[in-house]
Amino acid sequence: MMTLVLGLLSISGLCAVLALLLEAAYAVFADYGPCRITINEGAKEFTVKGGGRLLGTLMDQGVFIPSACGGRGSCGLCKVTVLQGGGPILPTETPYMNDEELRRGTRLSCQVRLRGDVQLQIPEAFFLIKEFRTQVVGLKPLTPSIKEVHLKLIEPQEIVFKPGQFIQFQVPEYEGSSEPVYRAYSIASPASLKTEIKLVITRVERGIATTYIHDFLKEGDEVLINGPYGDFYLRHSNRPMVMIGTGSGLAPLLSILFQMADEHIDRPCTLYFGVRSRQDLFYQEEIHQLMGMLPRLRYVPVLSQPLAEDHWDGETGYVTDAVARGVSDGSQLEAYLCGNPLMINAAVKLLTERGVSEDRIFFDKFG
Amino acid sequence: MENPLSAPLIFFASIFTNNILLANFLGMCSFLAISREIPSAVGLGLAVTFVMTCTTALNYLVYHYLLVPFQLVHFRFIAFIVVIAAFVQLVEMVIDRYSPRLYVVLGVFLPLITVNCAILGVCLFMVIRQYNFVQSVAYGFGGGLGWLLAIVALAGIREKLKKAPIPKALEGPGISLIVAGLMALSFMAFSGMISMG
Repeated sequence: MMTLVLGLLSISGLCAVLALLLEAAYAVFADYGPCRITINEGAKEFTVKGGGRLLGTLMDQGVFIPSACGGRGSCGLCKVTVLQGGGPILPTETPYMNDEELRRGTRLSCQVRLRGDVQLQIPEAFFLIKEFRTQVVGLKPLTPSIKEVHLKLIEPQEIVFKPGQFIQFQVPEYEGSSEPVYRAYSIASPASLKTEIKLVITRVERGIATTYIHDFLKEGDEVLINGPYGDFYLRHSNRPMVMIGTGSGLAPLLSILFQMADEHIDRPCTLYFGVRSRQDLFYQEEIHQLMGMLPRLRYVPVLSQPLAEDHWDGETGYVTDAVARGVSDGSQLEAYLCGNPLMINAAVKLLTERGVSEDRIFFDKFG
Repeated sequence: MENPLSAPLIFFASIFTNNILLANFLGMCSFLAISREIPSAVGLGLAVTFVMTCTTALNYLVYHYLLVPFQLVHFRFIAFIVVIAAFVQLVEMVIDRYSPRLYVVLGVFLPLITVNCAILGVCLFMVIRQYNFVQSVAYGFGGGLGWLLAIVALAGIREKLKKAPIPKALEGPGISLIVAGLMALSFMAFSGMISMG
């Protein structure tokens, strides 16, 4: 017994001494001093404490780079061009880069550690991205697994975005996550509504963010968001449109349709909305209201597994099956897709086979 | 009873006649993985040498001034590994600070020095062979340099082999193991010169 106690004490003491030694070494070696960040040839410049990751450091300075995974190097969204500094590219970054990006010095900002002065090139649009303090003013279940989160902006009070874009939602520390995490969600509300936004969020089994939003978030809670991000938005042309959405992928499409109604953009448009059964169809009232404002909007709900009590006589099967039946010649079409990667890949393949040019297919793929 | 071999003799023996890698085959995984190019092999070899020398010295002190007096020698594996792990973290910090490129090249093998059995092996041999402090440090330093010599030699040979017509089935680890075996055979020629016990 004595040996055991002595042994534990000795090993614990040894560990404590070594831990102190490492802490002291960290204070010396991980101190990179002040580092200067220059963005877009001096358009923005600031001096920050070195040692941190570029993504977080830029965020602290009010420059928000899109990142759906919250800096874990798994979404590949937080790309910036590092013209000088930044060190060698890491094996965690190369899978997200093509040859051209590698040549230009594109890096994942979440993987770059700030060890000295750096010069960056980032799209001007990122400067418009802000952090917003918001308050939850409504939580509405749309289907058994999808919830509408209605946020009112507190500070700044207005957001300017292109319908189709997304924001990052900060999930604070809670029992399911020991640190704040960020997740990307498309804005479902019209851009004309500048003081509030609506998000449509599907519960993901054991998902850190969606579990928090579905089980813990309450009306009145304050939420931090930043954005807007993304290049999924309405292109101005006179081409007929096809929109394909599955589940919560309806959100950005709905926002685009609201924009078309607001701006009186009267283009022929067919909206395909794929879900499992009738209970999963949501925002039906809003879609019918939009059909009243957009005479050339056609709506095709598609159920993949209709229940007996659904008494469904509409389209069935995968949403792409319905598109295959509905689109024969796509040579003049412009397509907007939002949903899971399998649907997007299948839809892009189908549409290109039907003659839709790849540069006229725009999509927002849920990772 | 203390080992009768002198420290300089132990130092040279641990490099040539009793090379920890080629005589005891310890630390093989990083030896095979980081021996594609000489610069990274030199970097890892130097890191292993530094860790081996420092941890041998520290582990000698831990063993003789902590574990032996309290009759806790059966805790030596835990104690030695803790010291090695702490030192590897220190080395990681230093390399990350002063040679980010080497830090990237070494990648996962840098923290894996912690479980490089050559380092634990040297610490355990030091105890079994009853070296004193100076002998232990000489053995640790020599052992590290011996490992460095072996990995740099293999990296040199592998660089030459890039242009050699190797049968498809033997490319990569296959030919590396054969080369390592031939190197071990050639080092056997030294083995009769000094017996380290």
